[in-house]
Amino acid sequence: MRNLTLTLCLFLSVFSSATFAASAIDTFEFESIEQEQVFHDLTKVLRCPKCQNQNISDSNAELAKDLRNKTYELVKEGKTQDEVVDYMVARFGNFVRYDPPITPATIFLWLGPLLFILFGFLVLYKQAKNKNRKEDELDSNEAIRLKKILKQETK
Amino acid sequence: MLAEIGQFALVIACMLSLLQTVYPLYGIYARQQNAIESAKILTILQFFFVAVSFAILSYLFLVNDFTVTYIATNSNSALPWYYRLSAVWGAHEGSLLLWVLLLSLWSTAVAVMSKRLPIESIARVLAVLGLLSLGFYLFVLLTSNPFLRTLPYFPVDGRDLNPLLQDIGLILHPPMLYMGYVGFSVAFAFAIAALMEGRLDSAWAKWSRPWTMAAWVFLTVGIALGSWWAYYELGWGGWWFWDPVENASFMPWIAGTALIHSLAVSEKRGVFKSWTVLLAISAFSLSLLGTFLVRSGILVSVHAFASDPARGLFILAFLILIIGGSLLLYAVQAPKVKSRGRYRLFSRETMLLTNNILLIAALIVVLLGTLLPLVHKEIGLGSISIGEPFFNSMFSILVVPFALFLGVAPLVRWKRQNIKELFKPLLHSLFISTAITLIFLYSFASHFTWLALMGVFLGFWVLSTTCYELCLRATHRFSLFTGLTKLGYSHWAMSIGHAGFAVMIIGITMTQNYSIERDVKLAVGDHIAFEHYDFHFDAVNDLQGKNYTGSVGVFTIKKDDQYVATMKPEKRIYTVQRMPMTEAAINAGVTRDLYIAMGEMLPDGAWAVRIYYKPFIRWIWFGPLMMGFAGILMMLDRRYRVKKSDEEEA
Amino acid sequence: MANTRKIIALSVPLLLFLVVCFFLFKGLYTDPRKLDSALIGQPVPEFTLQDIYDENKQYDASIFKGKKMLLNVWATWCPTCYAEHKFLNQLAGQDIYIVGMNYKDERKKAIRWLTDLKDPYKISLFDKDGMLGMDLGVYGAPETFFIDSKGIIQYRHVGDLNARIWEDELAELYNGMQ
Repeated sequence: MRNLTLTLCLFLSVFSSATFAASAIDTFEFESIEQEQVFHDLTKVLRCPKCQNQNISDSNAELAKDLRNKTYELVKEGKTQDEVVDYMVARFGNFVRYDPPITPATIFLWLGPLLFILFGFLVLYKQAKNKNRKEDELDSNEAIRLKKILKQETK
Repeated sequence: MLAEIGQFALVIACMLSLLQTVYPLYGIYARQQNAIESAKILTILQFFFVAVSFAILSYLFLVNDFTVTYIATNSNSALPWYYRLSAVWGAHEGSLLLWVLLLSLWSTAVAVMSKRLPIESIARVLAVLGLLSLGFYLFVLLTSNPFLRTLPYFPVDGRDLNPLLQDIGLILHPPMLYMGYVGFSVAFAFAIAALMEGRLDSAWAKWSRPWTMAAWVFLTVGIALGSWWAYYELGWGGWWFWDPVENASFMPWIAGTALIHSLAVSEKRGVFKSWTVLLAISAFSLSLLGTFLVRSGILVSVHAFASDPARGLFILAFLILIIGGSLLLYAVQAPKVKSRGRYRLFSRETMLLTNNILLIAALIVVLLGTLLPLVHKEIGLGSISIGEPFFNSMFSILVVPFALFLGVAPLVRWKRQNIKELFKPLLHSLFISTAITLIFLYSFASHFTWLALMGVFLGFWVLSTTCYELCLRATHRFSLFTGLTKLGYSHWAMSIGHAGFAVMIIGITMTQNYSIERDVKLAVGDHIAFEHYDFHFDAVNDLQGKNYTGSVGVFTIKKDDQYVATMKPEKRIYTVQRMPMTEAAINAGVTRDLYIAMGEMLPDGAWAVRIYYKPFIRWIWFGPLMMGFAGILMMLDRRYRVKKSDEEEA
Repeated sequence: MANTRKIIALSVPLLLFLVVCFFLFKGLYTDPRKLDSALIGQPVPEFTLQDIYDENKQYDASIFKGKKMLLNVWATWCPTCYAEHKFLNQLAGQDIYIVGMNYKDERKKAIRWLTDLKDPYKISLFDKDGMLGMDLGVYGAPETFFIDSKGIIQYRHVGDLNARIWEDELAELYNGMQ
């Protein structure tokens, strides 16, 4: 049994790499350049749930094909980009979109770097302002020590 | 038999690395000069044995010894010899062996080339490197042994190297990248040794600077190579996908970039030292984290190696030991570090720290974007994906202040700068860069977008301030040309490196905003036209390669009725793995690439064809090449440093 | 005193690192490719599908109401489905009501499969074009949906059902369902 699962895994891994080797090229017909652009953008921001980390445009997997066809259908119906994304999210969950939604956890994607920048500049400002005084002190301390040493030497 | 010798050599190298860690440290503790000095010899010996091991594996690949499991799964007798050789690092086990080989190569370089350093310091550095090697040797031997046999039932022929990897890009990309990753271990070891010693001074920054720079150059060029390879080989026409594995290489690069800048400050001015140490630890830690992410299968990636939780667990334990240990050491020892040197709010020091803050903010973006999906799922909020739209928008925001400051910084003096003095050069540069931007966009852009305006402007802003600064510096004492020849290598390095960044920004902006990607249905005899180019589909011929068959399309390209090129995209089927592959045809140029990839043949005999027009995409790789060149220049400057620095400090 | 404060401040990287490691460790033991269904807590989407044996017989979403049940998505091209089929028959033997959905497959092959391997399904839907599959967010066969008596989806299991998983996690879930 273990052997069977192993062979299955091997098969699947070979299979999945085969699917990404050749990227998918479809020939959909559109009513306008704008519509083609909407479709094109959508296939780049929708993720294929079955595959490795690939959008549905790059993947040749069966499911990616289905999703492309569905996207094409919806775009042809005149759906906007957001509507199509919502349609997919309703079925496959947030995993399917490369643009993450805002949740209590994902908010840190934006907050984290922002807080770091604010904090960084605060420290920078304080250091540059503070340094002068502190360093002077140190310097005078060192100067005293230096004097002592010099004195000792002259003695 | 040979495979067993290879494995045995590896075991010896492993034991030597243990000695290399323990014995010199014991020597320092017990004040035994012999033990301290043994560090160098042990390092060189260790390198010798791992090199033997690696050479044996390579030889086994060359002679097609399919009794070795790793070779049977990753090579084939029909494979040309150079791909058989590069197949050594084509999968997990061999690439780890390459990793340890390079790690001991760097260690040996430190042992041989640091004659001027106090022997105790070198011994500490080599001991830290030995500990790193030890961890990786154990990892290879215990979980990923490339010398395991398939006996008694070995296959007649191998399963072949993944066709994607049968390319010059793969021969070069991983070794370069690993040289970079592993190279940061030297900066790391210097930092840890300094922390252990409790002595962090400018000398420390001075010693680790060229090593860090060397690693950074390799990493820069390695990433650029990988991006270029992804562009032409995968048939996707992209150059960066924000895949977790790509991010894993990008994070150490960002940390390394921050590090080379803050090392400069620490060396010249003796400030930010504790921050610089943290960066040195981070750069290598992020390399290790990358290794973990790539090899544990914890994240879904296109480039993943075969994953295995046992391997993941091993590296994780190693990570906690090494990174956790060094951060602990840092927390305890770094507070003792005193910064010297004064500087005002507006000075070169704060400019460089600003660069660091923004770089680390970018690093946080990538780190969070890579790891948050994992956390999100673990805390029960469900699976999410974070990809291109998020990263691209964050980076296009962050690059704005970064490039603006980057333009100003070289003009700012150390310690303090009178703001008024900068008005004239900055105004001039602003004027020049705006003018060039407008002319540039007018000539090369098909339509106007704000993003393109911003990106191109930032690029030219950096270019013009860089040139302006060069002129100012050169004409300080001499006429322009004599002045330029008198400039030191490291000054040129800074200017060229910054210019490389600018070139890359322009390339990225133009490619992102003005690329045209069309999937079309074309029969032989059809043509399609856009952006002044006309693509005529002339014929489809059969293709017969050494280990593949397929079809090749023939396209004639004209621009405004002038002949430009004939392009021949291929569709290959690799015979061993039955894997279809796209070999895109690319017509490269300074201002644009044309790109054709063949899809499937449709039932009516026409072909699905993908055609791209990619403006300025070459600049994306030319920029990093300039940066790499700049890094080399800066290292060359170090040789003269011994005499010169004395003068400077006087 | 000031030094202690400094040590605490400089321990922040270490603490952050340890938090990351905690999640990395947990992550090692979860499969990143297993996705939770987006439809949990929602009724089974509307559909009309044919019976696998009889083209003229049609079903809609009302078949999922009235009692708790499993909806098993399978296909003859799916090797894992073959592996789990035996266990499905066992479950059917324990009086568990299972609806089968044959997903993107050929009717003839599917019927032969069910005749040869025994049919565990009370109702067999034939989703040739994967329409219901799309609405259910199916991304690979086999998948098994746990549906309560009100027709609300409570859970989705991706991958094969087997005795171990059933006893460890799923039986409790199934028994707990209304």
